[in-house]
Amino acid sequence: MNPEQILFILFGAVSLIGAIAVISFRHPIYSALSLIVTFFAQAGLFVLLGAHFVAAAQVIVYAGAIMVLFLFVIMLLNLGTLSVKGAMGSKLKGLAIILGILFAAEGIYIAVNALNDTAVASAEPAAASVTTTTYDIGELLFSKYILPFEVTSLILLAALIGVIVLVKRERQEES
Amino acid sequence: MENMPLLVLILSSVVKILIIVHMLIIGVMVMIWAERRVSGWMQDRLGPNRVGPQGLLQPIADGLKFMFKEDLIPNHVDKPLYVLAPAMLLVPALITVAVVPFGGSITLFGYEIPLQIADINIGILYILAITSLGVYGVVLGAWASNNKYSLLGGLRSSAQMISYELTLGLAIIGILMLTSSLSLRTIAIEQGAYPWQWNFLIHFPAFLAFTTAMFAETNRLPFDLAEAEQELVAGYHTEYSSMKFAMFFMAEYMNMIVGSAVVVTLFLGGWHFFGLENIGGPVWSGLISFGIFFLKTAIFLFVFIWVRWTLPRFRYDQLMNFGWKFLLPVALTSIVVTGTLWITTGSRLIVGIGNVIAAFIVVSIVAGLLVMNKTPEPAIQDDDSRFTPTALDAVE
Amino acid sequence: MALEYYLVLSALLFTTGVIGVLIRRNAIIIFMCIELMLNAANLAFVAISRSLGEATGQVFVFFVMTVAAAEVAIGLAIIVSVFKHQQTINVDEVNSLKG
Repeated sequence: MNPEQILFILFGAVSLIGAIAVISFRHPIYSALSLIVTFFAQAGLFVLLGAHFVAAAQVIVYAGAIMVLFLFVIMLLNLGTLSVKGAMGSKLKGLAIILGILFAAEGIYIAVNALNDTAVASAEPAAASVTTTTYDIGELLFSKYILPFEVTSLILLAALIGVIVLVKRERQEES
Repeated sequence: MENMPLLVLILSSVVKILIIVHMLIIGVMVMIWAERRVSGWMQDRLGPNRVGPQGLLQPIADGLKFMFKEDLIPNHVDKPLYVLAPAMLLVPALITVAVVPFGGSITLFGYEIPLQIADINIGILYILAITSLGVYGVVLGAWASNNKYSLLGGLRSSAQMISYELTLGLAIIGILMLTSSLSLRTIAIEQGAYPWQWNFLIHFPAFLAFTTAMFAETNRLPFDLAEAEQELVAGYHTEYSSMKFAMFFMAEYMNMIVGSAVVVTLFLGGWHFFGLENIGGPVWSGLISFGIFFLKTAIFLFVFIWVRWTLPRFRYDQLMNFGWKFLLPVALTSIVVTGTLWITTGSRLIVGIGNVIAAFIVVSIVAGLLVMNKTPEPAIQDDDSRFTPTALDAVE
Repeated sequence: MALEYYLVLSALLFTTGVIGVLIRRNAIIIFMCIELMLNAANLAFVAISRSLGEATGQVFVFFVMTVAAAEVAIGLAIIVSVFKHQQTINVDEVNSLKG
């Protein structure tokens, strides 16, 4: 085994275990922590894939901002004492898991077989050491994808205003 | 570095890591001593001077005391997270230093060894990513302690860190635009040998904003709302004792040291000083550049202590107002002005002057708006309606 | 590493997210599972971008992250206000649109 395979197995295993932990822990704080572990392992996978910028953005955006918000809300609502009991029957839960496994099998089948006659499969495999620099991504963002890029800023603005409206209305009703 | 055999690469990296980590830990001890001595000096008293010459061994005595204290874990805490939290604060503080270039390069046995643990091409993003993780140690320690003072301290601290991280990130974009590289080594080299070429003059408002945001990130006075003794006992580490408390303490000082090193690299010319770093042979020039970097960092650390004993603590709403209404607009303006002037004129002098003027205008506008909209302060009443412990309503 | 391994891992992560949405009743955990699914998609994007040798996939990851950030801000605000009104975030009990 070469180092890349060992690292792939390591990061892949950590991210899968973390993901399973997210849906198995009772307490939301532990779920959130497992999710952070998963995000980190995925950042590691991104580095393996030569996508350094995306890996850093992953840690900054997901681990540094989004998950802090989650923890903040969990702590603010103090959900620890008020754990949400699974109202779902065990039969339904079993059905959900069986369907999930079927879904996973489908996904794996597609990943392994169905790519054969697409452009991805016929493309020349890139050299192992190819890394995408921030420059490449920036150039694409500001030339070919300039319109989506600007639209994203509108989405962020809408989110900003939306959140302020949600919170403001709350306060007026209280007073 | 590419033509180096793997063995030499690994060996030199291990040696560099050992040296830097130990320098950080010793630096923490020296900083604890220095803080107490300098504060003593500023307040016209002595400070610790009994253990060893000038009291230099005082931190060792303190450390021994910490180790022999009982490592108490209260019954009501969430044990796994309670134990994990100090480590989650200390580890980010330690690994940030990996991308900081602390000197030019040394040639030993025919190999040119750069004085930096890892020169990755997204260096500055790595630093932003890792510093944003420090908040977890605080938040989790606070939550796991299951204590209202700890929780309030943790909430305050996380809100503060999220708010000031934005400024931290935006303030460096001007530098990135002019350097067109994310590598800290390139940024340091691009600045040149003389103080008037360094980034702090070209991006003066951004420099001030970045430094202030960094004070806030390290939870130092005047931004130590998270551990304000008079209000919250000791904030998020109220329930911690012995070495676990010492780890929180060490992480704070380590963050200070690493933060100073980052400021020196980004804004104060790195290891350059009037070409002094090029004197001597391949070995001496490396050592001299390291010494220059070390001295600059030490001077900046003195500024940290100086500020702590000069300024009083902010009130929580003042803190949020300052972060969102002054620092953030200044950082944003600096991006726009730097970009526009650099494209149109291409002169660093004009960019520098433009930045200062624009920041001045923005601050005046914001201050003017605040004064115009100021509602008369309600007279202090006896009911505690004005007191909101986390002051989450402060940002409106 | 072949592309397939990354895609299989991505499929498994996505499925974990789907199962989480199906079996958990806590709105915050369901929300986290959605993030998990978005991330699984990101992994597939980056893997394919690498195998094609161009950066377009990573540009899409950038967009996904931005949208995820916006979504989290709004979603958590909604969860907080729902909790304030109904004192629960069990998605089975939150079934009336009028508070």
